[in-house]
Amino acid sequence: MTAPLLRAEALSVEFPVRGGLFKREIARLRAVDGVSLEVRAGEVLGVVGESGCGKTTLGRAMVGLHPPTSGRLLVEGRDVATLGEAERRLLTRDVQMVFQDPFASLNPRKRIRQILEVPFEVHGLAAGAEREARIRELVELVGLAPEHLDRWPHELSGGQRQRIGIARALALQPKVMVLDEPLSALDMSIQSQVLNLLVDLQQRFGLSYVFISHDLSIVEYLCDTVAVMYLGRVVETAPAAALFAAPRHPYTQALLAAVPDPVPRRERATRPLEGDVPSPLEAPAGCAFHPRCPLAQPRCRESVPELRVIDTAGLQRAACHLL
Amino acid sequence: MTAEPLLQVDGLVTSFRTPRGQVRAVDGVSLSVARGQTVCIAGESGCGKSVTALSVMGLLPDSARVDGGAIRFNGVDVLALPPAERRGLRGRSMAMIFQEPMTALNPVLTIGHQIAEVFAIHGTAGRREAREKVLALLRQVKISDPERRYDAWPHQLSGGMKQRVMIAMALANRPELLIADEPTTALDVTIQAQVLHLLRELQRELGTGIVFVTHDLAVVAEIADRVVVMYGGRVVEQGGVVDVLERPAHPYTLGLLAARPRPGQTRHDGHRLNVIPGSVPSPLVRIEGCRYQARCPRAQARCREEVPALAPVAGDEHAAACHFPEGGLA
Repeated sequence: MTAPLLRAEALSVEFPVRGGLFKREIARLRAVDGVSLEVRAGEVLGVVGESGCGKTTLGRAMVGLHPPTSGRLLVEGRDVATLGEAERRLLTRDVQMVFQDPFASLNPRKRIRQILEVPFEVHGLAAGAEREARIRELVELVGLAPEHLDRWPHELSGGQRQRIGIARALALQPKVMVLDEPLSALDMSIQSQVLNLLVDLQQRFGLSYVFISHDLSIVEYLCDTVAVMYLGRVVETAPAAALFAAPRHPYTQALLAAVPDPVPRRERATRPLEGDVPSPLEAPAGCAFHPRCPLAQPRCRESVPELRVIDTAGLQRAACHLL
Repeated sequence: MTAEPLLQVDGLVTSFRTPRGQVRAVDGVSLSVARGQTVCIAGESGCGKSVTALSVMGLLPDSARVDGGAIRFNGVDVLALPPAERRGLRGRSMAMIFQEPMTALNPVLTIGHQIAEVFAIHGTAGRREAREKVLALLRQVKISDPERRYDAWPHQLSGGMKQRVMIAMALANRPELLIADEPTTALDVTIQAQVLHLLRELQRELGTGIVFVTHDLAVVAEIADRVVVMYGGRVVEQGGVVDVLERPAHPYTLGLLAARPRPGQTRHDGHRLNVIPGSVPSPLVRIEGCRYQARCPRAQARCREEVPALAPVAGDEHAAACHFPEGGLA
């Protein structure tokens, strides 16, 4: 069997919290806490969870924007941390990122052509006429026309800007794209345009996606596999169909039950989950979900449950003492 | 005889002063809300849903003004009221909650103090009585440990808790009408579910009429009795929630609903999401005829020439502003 394209092994990312006189480090915030996940060729992995669950930090760590505090990140089986600069550069070409806010992620002082040239410049690829041809190909690939190349970002709509963000990520022909909430800044009528584009590109190039989102309906539609995060840890992961049909972790169950039902006047079976997500600086002991969990037992307050296989096929895993 | 609605908006026109002249953000909107009823105004950014809500509240920015139409609250034309009387309605008979609770709360006043102010302004409770009333309100909106939260500062509360505080303030004087402008958009989905649940409970208890502004049609399905769908400053469809969401008549409503995956639908089943081509038109651009025609799969010559009026279609008080609605005109 081939190695997964992208693999996180017990990956943790911490940030210093500074305060007081001289801005000394007064605490460490563990945004991602021992996450192990993998993405295979052509697979679409959804990472879901509420704000503060660490999904964005995990995504940024996967493209090398945050160095891991501990654990390893492997691209095609090779540990990124052990590579030299040149090799790492070559490897990181394979993993590209699309950001949430298409207004903030494009340099407002550069025309679209210059924005799309950057990846080629950084990696010293395709000069002159060849570069121009590649850039034209890219804008057409994302459903725009070559005349858009001479525009400024502010002249484009939100949907068009996000298409440019996708074109930039595609420029170096990556194998994996990490997409951080790529639709959430877009109007409703524009979201499906961009989502269909992502589906087409994935099929055409056999791309793998790490699709980070809080929109569970879209994750169910798009993803092959889903990982649910809560306070920095993965609490459940499973094939999308299994996860949405039969969520097992109490948090996943509560999260899915909270999604508004698009069918009007259907009675709800469950009461909404109480309380708020705690701050990662005050993460509860034991299972981080226990203060909100309707099923919590004494041992949930004491020890952290490990993520382990809970089905016979070995595809669904959850971190809960009660399973 | 039908009872007079709590709120009746007729032909509302609201415009903004811009460097390119007056621009109509709301162009002839009519809607009504009964006591104890929730009416959702749904639409995308720039459709005029928030401006409609702010016009009703009388909270428009200085650059905007109501140019036409009537807003009747309990039968009284509020546009004709002297400013002092209109102010007296706000926070007492009608109240509003916003998308960003952090920007709507005063950061330098404690939670308890801010809520108590609502009583002081309207003279509806004395100082000592106010504290008890505030604590009761905090309990009512399910804030745990209200004695401690009374002295908390806004920044010490989570987003969900701040939105509860906003709701407590809005409900302090038991208003007859609550206007909620995207109150759950900034919240996580489990917190959104709590807030929607809370609003429904309070409505059942107090009989408040609610105008709920949202872009999310699934939230509409959860909370609405009636729906008003807006596009380009106009109402394109309105009716009961089941009629509008299950038997939509306007191509825009149809298109939006088909652009979202339903539970259980995946791309692996070969299901492809509907695309509405183009983007939301800027209110600065003049469009003859139907505002949706450039994006509409059904558009014909007539749609470019003649503005479609809101006309009845199949269903109970269900209407669409389309020359060629799904299922035909009633």
